[in-house]
Amino acid sequence: MSLTKYKLVLGLEIHLHPKINKKMFCYCSSDIWGKEPNTLTCPVCLGLPGALPVPNREAVEKTQLLGMALKCEINQKSRFDRKHYFYPDLPKGYQISQYKQPLCVGGSLKLDNGFVVELDRIHLEEDVAKSFHVNSQTLIDFNKSGVALIEMVTKPVFTNVTDAVDFCKKVQNIIRFLEIGDVDMEKGQLRLEANVSVRTEEMENANELAPYKVEIKNINSFKFLEKAVNAEFERQVEVFTSGEIPKQENRGFNEATGKTVTQRDKEEAHDYRYFPEPDIPPMEFDDDYLAGITSQLRELPDEAVSRYESMGISLATARTIVNNFGLDTVILFDQALKKGLDPIKSANFLVNKKEIIEAAAKGSEHLYSMLEQLIKGNSDNLDEEKLAGVIDQVLEMNPKAVGDYKKGNTNSISFLVGQVMKETKGGADPMVVRKKIEGKL
Amino acid sequence: MASLNKLTISQAREGLKNRDFTSVALVEACLTQISSYDKKIKAFITLCADKALELAKKADLEISQASYKKPLLGIPYVCKDNFSTRGIQTTAGSNILKGYIPPFESTVTRKLENAGAILLGKTNMDAFAHGSSTETSDFFKTTNPWDYSRVPGGSSGGSAAAVSADMCIFGIGSETAGSVRGPAAWCGITGLKPTYGRVSRYGVVAMASSTDSPGPLTKTVEDAAIVLGVIAGGDPFDATSSPLAVEDYVAKMESFSLKGLKVGRPASYFDIGMEAGYKKTVEDSLAVFTELGAEVVDIDLMNPKYSIAVYTILQRSEVSSNLARLTGVRYGNARGTFGREAKRRMMLGAYALSAGYYEAYYSKAQRVRTMLIDDLNEAFEKVDLIVGPTMPGIALKLGESEKFSAFGEMMDVLVEQSSIAGITGISVPCGLHQNLPVGLNIMAPMFAEAKLLGAAHEFEKSTKFNLERPILE
Repeated sequence: MSLTKYKLVLGLEIHLHPKINKKMFCYCSSDIWGKEPNTLTCPVCLGLPGALPVPNREAVEKTQLLGMALKCEINQKSRFDRKHYFYPDLPKGYQISQYKQPLCVGGSLKLDNGFVVELDRIHLEEDVAKSFHVNSQTLIDFNKSGVALIEMVTKPVFTNVTDAVDFCKKVQNIIRFLEIGDVDMEKGQLRLEANVSVRTEEMENANELAPYKVEIKNINSFKFLEKAVNAEFERQVEVFTSGEIPKQENRGFNEATGKTVTQRDKEEAHDYRYFPEPDIPPMEFDDDYLAGITSQLRELPDEAVSRYESMGISLATARTIVNNFGLDTVILFDQALKKGLDPIKSANFLVNKKEIIEAAAKGSEHLYSMLEQLIKGNSDNLDEEKLAGVIDQVLEMNPKAVGDYKKGNTNSISFLVGQVMKETKGGADPMVVRKKIEGKL
Repeated sequence: MASLNKLTISQAREGLKNRDFTSVALVEACLTQISSYDKKIKAFITLCADKALELAKKADLEISQASYKKPLLGIPYVCKDNFSTRGIQTTAGSNILKGYIPPFESTVTRKLENAGAILLGKTNMDAFAHGSSTETSDFFKTTNPWDYSRVPGGSSGGSAAAVSADMCIFGIGSETAGSVRGPAAWCGITGLKPTYGRVSRYGVVAMASSTDSPGPLTKTVEDAAIVLGVIAGGDPFDATSSPLAVEDYVAKMESFSLKGLKVGRPASYFDIGMEAGYKKTVEDSLAVFTELGAEVVDIDLMNPKYSIAVYTILQRSEVSSNLARLTGVRYGNARGTFGREAKRRMMLGAYALSAGYYEAYYSKAQRVRTMLIDDLNEAFEKVDLIVGPTMPGIALKLGESEKFSAFGEMMDVLVEQSSIAGITGISVPCGLHQNLPVGLNIMAPMFAEAKLLGAAHEFEKSTKFNLERPILE
C-alpha cells in the first residue's frame, strides 16, 4: 500500500511559561533560567506537608488575555482540579491543573494560508520539577516545580505538519505581542506535544477520526516538531500496512535517530482521579473584571500586518517586519513613522538591512536616526533611471548568476536582488527589483 | 492560690502582669505536672522542656522591662502534632513522618509565638487525624485523665487530655469533624471549632482540606475567645482563609446576652439512641438557656446519618490525595510504615475518585453536601443558635473502638453536619454522667463566633460545669 492512501491527523498541545515574577501557587521567583538547582524553592513548591497553594492572579489574567486574543470563550466560573499521578518530579503526587472548568474554551486562529485552526481549550496549571538522569542516578531540580504553565490544546484539525508549524509560530508571536511570555524555546518556555494518528482517505472525507492517538511528548523546537510528526506518520503507516492498528501510547522523539520511541508509561492505567482542588476556592469573574482584561488587548500581529499593508507596504514586507522581527521592531518602526518617515521606504530599509535590526537593539533614537540617514542618503538617487542603471550593472557583474537563472535555477534571482539592494543601500523595493530583473532576463 | 499549672489564660495573664509569679514558674509547674502524670496519660509525642524554659526566661525579662502588648506573653501551651513547627519534629501521629523536622512554621503556631505563647510540646493524635479516640496514633494510646481505662476522644486527644490534666494553660487542636469538640467533651473542657477559613490551615498536615479548622482547647470559654483572637485572620498563605476582620471576641462575649434569642433543638440530634441518663444530662442543660432568657424551640434538621455518608466519601477522597505526597522519597519514612487506618482511607478515597465512580460517589456527595448546608442555613433563619449533645455518649473504654470500622464517624455523628457546612461550634461541659464529663455542642452560623462565644460564656457562668475537673491519680 502506498503512503498517499493514508492521511495525517494532528492535534497540538502548546505549553508555555507566562512571564510573571512569581511561581503559580507560591511566592518563589519564577526566573529559573540558569539558576543553581534547588535554590528557588519553598514548602509549597516542594510539596511539604501542610503547605498550601495560593493562585497567582497575574497568571490567571495572562491566560485569559491569550484566550481573548484567540477568540476563546472566557468562562465566568473556573476552578482548579487535582490531577493525580506518581512521578519523582511531581512532589505532591498530584498536579494542580484545570479539568472541568478551564479558564478559556473554544477559540480559533486563522493561518496566513486561510486555514482556520480550531482550539479546544486554554487552561492554567503548574509545571513539574526537572529530572536529570546521570549515570544510574536521577537528580531532581525543583526550581521549575510550580512555575506557572499555560496549556493550549487544539482540536485534531491539522492534516499537514506545515500548518502546525505555522500555527505555533503565529501563536508564539501573539504571545510576544501581548507580552504574555518570552516563549523562548531554548529556555523551555514553550514546549510542544503532538497528538498524531492516521486515517484513510475515506475516513478523512467522512470526517472520521482514528480510534487511537499517539502523543509525542516534550518537543522543544519547530524543526523537531516537523521531523517528529513526519517520522511518526511514516511509522504509523507502516504499522497499518502490516495489517495492525497502532496502539495508543506516549512516544518521544529521538533526535539522533530521527525516530520516535515508545516511552515508559507514567502510570499503567491512566486514571488521574481528577477532583476539584479543595485548597483553592472556585474563581468567579464579573463583567468589570473581564472588561479590564479586554482593555489589555493590543494590536495583534495580523492586525499590524493589515495596518502596514494599508500604508502601501507590501504584504511580504509587512509580514517580515511583524512576524520575523517582532514586537520591539514594530514599536520602533511605528515611532519612526510617527516622526514622519516614509512608510514604504522605511519598511524596505528594515527588511533589507540587517544592521537596522542591530540598531533597533540599541534603542529607538539610534534606529530612528539611522533610518532617517539612509532614506536621505538614498531617496535622491533612487529614481527609475538610477535603479535601472544599478540593475544593469549588477547583471553585468554577475554573469554566473544570470547564467544559472537562464538555465532554470530561479533561486539565483534572489542573489541578484540582494546585490541590487546592496548597491542601492536598501533604498529599493525588493519586489520591484525582482520584477525588473525578471523582465530583463 | 491554686497550683500555677491549673490557671486559666486570663488568670495566668493577670498573675504575670502583677508579677505574682514568673513565666518560668508557670512553665515549671506545667513541666512538673507532665512529669508526674504523663506516664499514665501519655499526651505528648515531643516535649520541648528546655526550649520552653529558655523562652519563659525571655518572657520574664520582657515582662519586667516594659509595658508589653503581647496577649499571651509567657503562657505555656501544647499543640497537636500536625502543626508544622520549624526545627521541632512534626509527625501527625504517624510513623511515616517520625523524625520529620519541618523547615517552616504553621501560621497558627507562628501567630502564637508572636503573641508570646510558649510551646511546651507536641501532643498525640490519631495518625493523620484519622480517628476519634487517639488510639490510632502510630506511637501509643493516650488515656482520659478522668479514667485512665478510657480514651480521651480524638483526634486532638493529646491536647485535650493535657489541658484537662492541667499540664498546660491551653491547647491547640484541629477539627475536621469533631476532632476538637469531641475530645473536649470527653475530657470535660472547652473546645472551639471556628468557621472554616477563620483560622489559617497553612502548615497543618492536611487531613480533609475542605473541612480542616484549627481551634483552641481551653479551660474556659473566655480563654477560647482569647486564643481565637490571636490565631484567627486572613493569611496570604492560605487561599481558603477569610479576609474578614477579626473581632474583639472577649469584649463582645462580655456584653452578650441570651435574652430574646432563639435556640434550636434538633429532634434528630437527640433521637440517636442515647443512654437515658446521658440524654437527660444534655436535656437538663437546655433549661439553662430558658433561664437565661432565651427561647428553646424544636427544629428539624436532616437525619445526621446523611452527614456521615457525605463526610465519609469527601474526607476519604481528600485524604487519598493529600497523603500522596508522603512517598518517603524526599522526607519521612517508607510507605510501608503507613498505618492500617491511613491505608484503608486512601484505598477508599482513591476508589471513590476513580474513573467511572466519581459521579456515583464524590460528585453525588458534593451535591448532598450542598443540601446539608442549605438545611442548616434554613434552620438559622429561624433560630440564632443550635444546640445538641457533642457526643452520643460518655468516653469509651480503650479498645472498644476497634469493633467498628467507621468508629470515628459513628462518634462524630452529631458534629459532622456542622463541619461539612463549615459553620462554627463549641463544646462546653454540661455536667457529669457516671462521673464522666458530658459536652454540649452549641453551633452558630459561619463567622458568628462572637455570638457563639457569648452564649457559651453565659452558659458557663451560670452552670460552672467547667470547674468540674478530674482527680488525677
